[in-house]
Amino acid sequence: MHTVIVGNGVTGVTAATRLRQLQPDWKITLVSGESAYHYSRPALMYIFMGHMTYEATKPFEDRFWRDQRLDLVRDWVTGIDIEDKQLVLHRNGRLPYDRLLIATGAKSNKFGWPGQDLEGVQGLYNLKDLRQLYKNAERTRSAVIVGGGLIGIELAEMLHSRHIHVTFLIREASYWCNILPMEESGMINRLIEEQGIGLIRETNLKEIVDDGSGRVEAVVTEFDDRIDCQLVGLTPGVSPNTDLVSSTPIETGRGVLVDHSFRTNIPDIYAAGDCAEIVSRNGGRNLIQQVWYTGKKQGKAAGEVLAGEDIAYDPGIWFNSAKFFDLEYQTYGMILSTPQPGEQHLYWEHPSHRHAVRVVVADGCIKAFNFMGIRARHEVCERWIAERRTVEYVLDHLEEANFDPEFFVHHETEIVRSLKEQLA
Amino acid sequence: MSTTPAGTTLIDPETIAYFYDEEADGFGEPATAAEAPRNPGMMVSAGVIGLGFLALAVSLLGSMPLAGTWTPFLLSFGLLTAGTIGYAWFAYKDTVPGIKHDGIMFGNTTHRGAIAWALGIALTGFYVVLYWWPEYLARAIALVEPLSQTLAGQPANQWFLYGFLYTMAVVLFGFRMFMRYRHNRYHIIRTISVMFFQLVLAFILPHLLRALNEPEFYFSYFWPLKYDYLFPGTVDYLVNSPGALGSFMVFWGTVCSFIATPVLTYFYGKRWYCSWVCGCGGLAETLGDPWRHLTPKSTVSWKIERAIIYAVLLLIILTTAVLWVSSTSEGALSSISAPLQQWYGFYIGAVFAGVIGVGFYPVLGNRVWCRFGCPMAAVLGIIQRFFSRFRITTNGGQCMSCGNCTTYCEMGIDVRAYAERGENIVRSSCVGCGVCSAVCPRGVLKLENGMSHGDRYPGSDNPLGALSTAVSKGARVYGDRDGYV
Repeated sequence: MHTVIVGNGVTGVTAATRLRQLQPDWKITLVSGESAYHYSRPALMYIFMGHMTYEATKPFEDRFWRDQRLDLVRDWVTGIDIEDKQLVLHRNGRLPYDRLLIATGAKSNKFGWPGQDLEGVQGLYNLKDLRQLYKNAERTRSAVIVGGGLIGIELAEMLHSRHIHVTFLIREASYWCNILPMEESGMINRLIEEQGIGLIRETNLKEIVDDGSGRVEAVVTEFDDRIDCQLVGLTPGVSPNTDLVSSTPIETGRGVLVDHSFRTNIPDIYAAGDCAEIVSRNGGRNLIQQVWYTGKKQGKAAGEVLAGEDIAYDPGIWFNSAKFFDLEYQTYGMILSTPQPGEQHLYWEHPSHRHAVRVVVADGCIKAFNFMGIRARHEVCERWIAERRTVEYVLDHLEEANFDPEFFVHHETEIVRSLKEQLA
Repeated sequence: MSTTPAGTTLIDPETIAYFYDEEADGFGEPATAAEAPRNPGMMVSAGVIGLGFLALAVSLLGSMPLAGTWTPFLLSFGLLTAGTIGYAWFAYKDTVPGIKHDGIMFGNTTHRGAIAWALGIALTGFYVVLYWWPEYLARAIALVEPLSQTLAGQPANQWFLYGFLYTMAVVLFGFRMFMRYRHNRYHIIRTISVMFFQLVLAFILPHLLRALNEPEFYFSYFWPLKYDYLFPGTVDYLVNSPGALGSFMVFWGTVCSFIATPVLTYFYGKRWYCSWVCGCGGLAETLGDPWRHLTPKSTVSWKIERAIIYAVLLLIILTTAVLWVSSTSEGALSSISAPLQQWYGFYIGAVFAGVIGVGFYPVLGNRVWCRFGCPMAAVLGIIQRFFSRFRITTNGGQCMSCGNCTTYCEMGIDVRAYAERGENIVRSSCVGCGVCSAVCPRGVLKLENGMSHGDRYPGSDNPLGALSTAVSKGARVYGDRDGYV
């Protein structure tokens, strides 16, 4: 049995290692054009900032692939021959498969802005983008970043570390406030400004201006304000990368359409990770998950499916984390930016604006947490949400969820007092 | 058949494709048109350090009109101290508290550039001169003479000079740690601890004891690191020294080696010693901090580590045993005991621990001796791995495999390999410095003393069973990458 996986990102690699665990004798091949070996995509920023070498972003030593008999092919897949069950490779001819997993990830959104293809305008998603950033940063004193998500702030931190002046242009009234509630979002606004980064809110990009040689020299906002810059970062999110299947009978929506076992409409072809759109079983919204953790989780489940196990993907209780400059953020359960019907939000923020906790309550039970500048135990938070613990129980035991390093000042007494007051 | 034609949007001719070798590219320092803001405080401090070295050079090379007085001592070391403190202060005081790793992989000093090699050669050279040609240090020794007279009431020698420089490095670079990690109380407290133990127990107290005509004794070093403390010759000398203090020293050393070590390690892990008390650890955690990421991380380096460190442990146990047999049986094994003692002292005590251990900081990282050689670390490690409550807990699924933890592990542990699989990190070499936890951008790692040793990894409730499995499999057990599948 020969399983071929297209893409060596976290989903493809997790699927491959899980499949190897379950099927020690199968032939497994990973095809990637981007890099010879799997590297950690979220670590791209640390290479640019000089925290880590490229070598160190590879989670596995090179000998791992040989030891695990996972064949690596450095090539771009240009087509899928569905009848003959073969992949068409750009330089290595054809690669036959028995089972195929498409794990091609996502690609940066572009919204058709005038000038978006000028030199010096880029997103940040893969090694190619990082290499391009090296080139673009070379002549840059000031940069504008359009789009205020997680990649935007990472890019801001990267450029800031090289003493490049950064201006953030965001559509929203506050950083990432389409996802984060106003208070948490406000903490990050404060941090951004504290670093000396400009934050222009509620402003859309109108156009990117050519300096006459095909390079960016400025951006113009919808209010006709002009900001001079030599680099423009476009980070308005990512979309599933469906290029490979776009002219095949494999069905796509926003992503490659799959069921909860990652099966596409074509037998023996599967898709998982950022590129996949999991069709709802009950007519609800389809599921597109595009963070590291879901990529890993889907990869593991896809590996089990490829191995022949009869399982359905269970997204489980949502969690995520990020770091905004020096402020760590963790979230457990689903928190939307404003309280939903039936929800009560309890919120505490330290006067220093460096620590905050939000607890979402529904029907007296705990529904979700946000932690800013405080580390929390994943296992404990998840268990409390799954067991539908009462808010009183959770507040009385909040200390158990603390995961800060030893000797750190604990704020639980104030947090609990404040949250209980709000509850009453 | 349905295919998309080759050469569509999937392949961008500019793209990083197979003909682009990202491994060889290496991603060095990005060039930018923007300049770093000037930091006048740092520049002035660097100037003061320069003046300090100038004063030092004049004192060492000049005709020394004030030789033997406090003036050259205060001038050179005072300027060096003020400059170093000022440099650290101005480097960090206006920054937002947090991890400060920008540019470490580009730095000439921090990433094996010419300066690093020069520093490595200078440090190595200093140790070689110190051990084998101390006569070339006569003028430097004269420089610290006033301090030696005040503290110990006796003339300075090369070991007093060495102890002074060592302590100064721990204290000054300890201050740098305070600035660098001022957001992190774990690092501040453990840095205070190593500064205290070095300054008081490993410098002031031993010399005060000399002033009081008592044996020079280091209460923070024990056998087998301070190997001669349980050699018959030392024990004999201490017990026979006038007063009860010598006997107490033998008692203290024995209790620390055989009772305090296992008990404290059971409750707190190896870190109570290696990154809180030990002088070697103290220097590594302060002066050595800028080079912590240089420790090799490969599985091969781990294999080398295991081979050497346990060999050194066996060697010192053997040496000690042979010396005791020889001394109690009136010279039965003296033909091998004396050479063995000399051999160990020279190759392990001086060459490995000193010349290589510290001299190679800027090239091989700050824990070369602690990781590959120290027999005390070997003992503590075995206890930590099998009979301890200490572990580094991994926080569920929050790891994103970035590798900051592995990069900044001074002991060369591939922390990420455990974290990304959600496993606790229980490794004999971990000194519990806590940097992996500090640098983790997702809050995944926490150093913890649990309520039991039994909940750390599958089989940890049966330490002897786990130990025998580890020995029989050549330690290729829990957490080893070879056991991934």
